[in-house]
Amino acid sequence: MFERIQELLSPVVLAAIWAACKAIIILLTLVVSAAWMIWLERRLLALWQDRYGPNRVGPFGLGQVIADMIKIFFKEDWMPPFVDKFTFVLAPFLAMMFMMLAFALIPITPNWGVFAPDLGMLLFFAIAGLAVYAVMLGGWSSNSKYSLLGGLRSTAQTISYEVFMGISLMGIVAQAGTFNLREIVLWQEQHIWFVIPQFFGFLVWCLAGIAVTHRTPFDLPEAESELAAGYHTEYSGMKFGMFFVGEYVGIVMVSGLTTALFFGGWDGPFSEHVPFLWFAIKCFIFMSGFILLRAALPRPRYDHMMSFAWKICLPLSLINLLATAGIMLWAGN
Amino acid sequence: MSQTLAILHGIWTQFRSIGMIFMHSFRPRNVISYPEVKPPVPPRYRGRIVLTRDPDGDERCVACNLCAVACPVGCISLQKAERPEDGRWYPEFFRINFSRCIFCGLCEEACPTNAIQLTPDYELCEYDRQNLVYEKEHLQIAGPGKYHDYNFYRVAGMSITGKGKGQALNEDAPIDVKSLLP
Amino acid sequence: MVEFAFYVASTVALFSTVMVVVNTHPVHALLYLVLSLLSVAMVFFTLGAPFAGALEVIVYAGAIMVLFVFVVMMLNLGRKTVEQERAWLKASGWIGPLVLSLILLVQLVLVLAPMSHLTPAGTQIIDAKTIGIALFGPYLLAVELASTLLLAGLVAAYHLGRHED
Repeated sequence: MFERIQELLSPVVLAAIWAACKAIIILLTLVVSAAWMIWLERRLLALWQDRYGPNRVGPFGLGQVIADMIKIFFKEDWMPPFVDKFTFVLAPFLAMMFMMLAFALIPITPNWGVFAPDLGMLLFFAIAGLAVYAVMLGGWSSNSKYSLLGGLRSTAQTISYEVFMGISLMGIVAQAGTFNLREIVLWQEQHIWFVIPQFFGFLVWCLAGIAVTHRTPFDLPEAESELAAGYHTEYSGMKFGMFFVGEYVGIVMVSGLTTALFFGGWDGPFSEHVPFLWFAIKCFIFMSGFILLRAALPRPRYDHMMSFAWKICLPLSLINLLATAGIMLWAGN
Repeated sequence: MSQTLAILHGIWTQFRSIGMIFMHSFRPRNVISYPEVKPPVPPRYRGRIVLTRDPDGDERCVACNLCAVACPVGCISLQKAERPEDGRWYPEFFRINFSRCIFCGLCEEACPTNAIQLTPDYELCEYDRQNLVYEKEHLQIAGPGKYHDYNFYRVAGMSITGKGKGQALNEDAPIDVKSLLP
Repeated sequence: MVEFAFYVASTVALFSTVMVVVNTHPVHALLYLVLSLLSVAMVFFTLGAPFAGALEVIVYAGAIMVLFVFVVMMLNLGRKTVEQERAWLKASGWIGPLVLSLILLVQLVLVLAPMSHLTPAGTQIIDAKTIGIALFGPYLLAVELASTLLLAGLVAAYHLGRHED
């Protein structure tokens, strides 16, 4: 019996089990940090608006998230009679799933990370492209005008911003010579963080990242003042909660990607001892940046946002790619 | 060229506002932790309604119903009664439904005897809505409220036991209409 | 393992494509089409062409199908369309095309069957670099022609979308 077990637990199997455990730990950390991101956002917004924010439940109000979660679990999960049932249920699952799936591509430390395929960045674009469906189907299946308008806005916005999100990262791919995110981080460890040679790419990527996660100032799909809540107007209970947490998972994901792509991932002083700390600090700074933008900037008009995308960001990213390629060819000769 | 400048200026203003908001991290908070620290309330704040008493200790309300008429939401109801021993009017019951009251203060304005007054107490929450219906014993307070010396029956011409016609403050003696003398 | 994934993915692709045709609800049919494209991408992955698979997801499932769903959402199709579709899906409507395409299928199988010299797929992985070298090497003319066509399309779209004033 004992030998059978030992036979079963060959090194390959053990490695597979360990990899699965790592993946589960990363997933749990992601979801938990996304949930506490709600607390962080409320506290930081309050700080920048000269308020206190939630400070009652637990130390510093940290238990507020747990209280909110308990509330949202026990809330009535009401489905309006006029919705398209299948799609209505599907949409919030997609919203959370795609964002979590994209996080699997991010290399966290030299040994941690769910998986690093050779086409990692392309897979990220694929997942980001599919993430539109969540908002879109949520908006359509709700069968209400506000939701539909939110879904339409989100679709047009995400499609436009995905175009130059891809182009803005191509400079990195050209310089590092790989689509593999882990190798991109390793390249930065040896050479230089990409934020310096790819500064314009970084600017465009920031804008696109905000637009893809539907955060202020690009939160037109869920503009409270115009569309009641946009695509999740008709949602309640845990389905709404999944949209909500999905948004924060998206923020963590985009912050992690910015760290990995432009700021050298785990790279930093003493990074061989505390690689995760560096990754976490950089992620935290970007997450706070998202919140600062929400605190500071108003929402633009929709046509302004679209013309900004096509008339400024697209040429900027194209010029950036062209210049990168030109300099690389010139330096190569 | 001017368009490029406009775009650059727009970008600059965005960054400026982000920076300004960030500098708020180092400002003191503009709010107070409410249940522990109470906010200062002005003395003429329009909060919970009370019925006050004369300096003598008798109730001021004469049940004239003007407050109930003035009330825009109709949350006051009362009934007049007369005290047999001295002829003073008083409300037999006086009821204010605070779940309807909007604290506009019109009842206080309408009151000829300064009986009904609004106080700076604003903590009126109840778990049961029925508990927000205040009866006379809940409304009546022991003191004279904001007007310490005012006593309606001393200045008004109404005669009660112990104070006949013309005996009020600054009041002339009643004219004898049957006499022809000036 | 890879073979197993291939057969699962192609089964899903076939099933979802049939559902696209049979489903009477336009948005549900489009969702099946998205699923079909995703499973075709999976087939590409199993055949050793991950770049083609990723592009399939990005371009078709992530962009073109989104626009399809976008348009269908705006058309405000209700219960009436579902009934109309159901009426059109009578046996007399689809039996003719089915027979004709079966004949084509038999023909295709007969032509392909004796070709035993075909190289087995999935033995070598075609990554982005290989594709780039192929595109800008032997197929440069085709790429240039396609880009000219796309440029013409771009100009035409710009002209159509221009305001008159």
